[in-house]
Amino acid sequence: MTKEFVFAGFGGQGVLTAGMILAYSGAAKNLDVTWIPSYGSEMRGGTANCTVKLGDEEVASPFPKAPDVLIAMNEPALLKFMPIVKPGGSIIINSSIVKTVPEPAGVKVYSVPANDIAADCKNERSANLCALGAAIAAAGDLLTLEDVEKGLCGYLAKIKNNESNIAVLKAGYRAVSESA
Amino acid sequence: MKQLMKGNNALAEAAVRAGCRLFAGYPITPQSEILEYLSWRLPQAGGEFVQTESELAGINMIIGGAAAGQRVMTSSSGPGFSLKQEGISYLASIELPAVIVDVARFGIGLGDVTVGQGDYFQTTKGGGHGGYFIPVYAPSSIQENADFVVKAFETAEKYRTPVIVLSDASIGQMCGSVELPEQQYPKRDRFDWALGADGDRPPMGRKMTDRMYTDFAYEEYVPHICSRYNEMKENEQLWEEVQAEDAEVLLVSYGISSRICKEAVKIGRSLGLKLGLIRPMTVWPFPVKAFRKYNGKVKGYLAVEMIPIPQMIEDVYLAAHGAAPVYAMPTGREIASSEDIIENVKAILNGTKEVY
Repeated sequence: MTKEFVFAGFGGQGVLTAGMILAYSGAAKNLDVTWIPSYGSEMRGGTANCTVKLGDEEVASPFPKAPDVLIAMNEPALLKFMPIVKPGGSIIINSSIVKTVPEPAGVKVYSVPANDIAADCKNERSANLCALGAAIAAAGDLLTLEDVEKGLCGYLAKIKNNESNIAVLKAGYRAVSESA
Repeated sequence: MKQLMKGNNALAEAAVRAGCRLFAGYPITPQSEILEYLSWRLPQAGGEFVQTESELAGINMIIGGAAAGQRVMTSSSGPGFSLKQEGISYLASIELPAVIVDVARFGIGLGDVTVGQGDYFQTTKGGGHGGYFIPVYAPSSIQENADFVVKAFETAEKYRTPVIVLSDASIGQMCGSVELPEQQYPKRDRFDWALGADGDRPPMGRKMTDRMYTDFAYEEYVPHICSRYNEMKENEQLWEEVQAEDAEVLLVSYGISSRICKEAVKIGRSLGLKLGLIRPMTVWPFPVKAFRKYNGKVKGYLAVEMIPIPQMIEDVYLAAHGAAPVYAMPTGREIASSEDIIENVKAILNGTKEVY
């Protein structure tokens, strides 16, 4: 089985990092993993996205094709990638920023106010981790929340205390798991 | 245990673990991470890292290091790789083991820093002068970026030949899971041909020169060259087959394009198409042995390469040996798409695609 994730938003929202933490967690679980980015030259603003594929078998193409989970951190990201989401797949919409939530047929849509949840956890800059937690809950296979918690601590090892980051990750997870 | 690494970094780390003692090269996108990584990692492991003033200096320093019997490497891309060709010809002539990495980018001349597969002829047909051939490994994953560097050092020493690792901008720039190889500690004095020696043994009675003038009588030169390259051709072909056994159409593709082909095989099979893949892991020697199994059985080979004007297809054509039609699918500066591949396969099967 392989699972495809597309993290998309604007530069500075941490979509590449969120994808990297997922990929890091997958590699640590001995999964076959690919992470491939696409972004402009801007550090802030512009568009940014990455595709992460995880497999307990060999991952073929690393490029976006039919994501099982789309994490749309803003409206342009949603409009760009919504048409290719796999039937039966999921979309995590950052409803703190995206105000119009669509209802595409055959796809589960989760509105997760990622910026607000991050702010509630007193960790305003970690909306990306909230969305990552939500994506884990929506994907439901290959990686558990605990795997990604460990991956987050490993990837962000230079941060001695990741408790507030983990709190946001878990809050994002709950936003999807408790809505089901 | 697997870990997440960028392709270029995995390649560089694997070189260190293979016991590389000297890297000399010059930065150019999309291979600069190899230098960046080795600039701190190689000295840490007791090796020498030199950022040379040019690619020419890089390849020529490699000749010196190789002559001393050490594992040595250089890397480049695009126009920088072109600058190394004279040195590669000299390595082939002096018969010295060395690893040269080409992280291929797109286009002619300066081209572009994005991915491309336009260096096939340059790497497999002798980019430099004089008619040499050297083994060329074509990784398609982060894991193979690491594994093939180790393999390249081994093959280089087995035949005393330069070896190329033909990576590409996608494989170099993406991240993936990799299980890194064990650290090796090759002994410096393990060769009887190398210049210099450890300990008391003086470096006497050895010379390193263009063999043509000195070591061989003229009439021995040609048979020597022929047996050398024929042996590599016979023994070093590597390839992967994906659902090839019962395939009606076999895709042929290497590097990043082959990964899309694997996706296409999966999708094609789910649609009931008998589709398979031959993926050359060495592009020289080209894996003709794989084709011998399927010539006369398949309805066609479809060569998928990321280039405007196809190159690898000429080797496919030779390998098909007139026993199966060969079709081209050059994808220009776009990475192949599974849909396009499947459309091409359908066209082959219904007879509407033109033979190359």
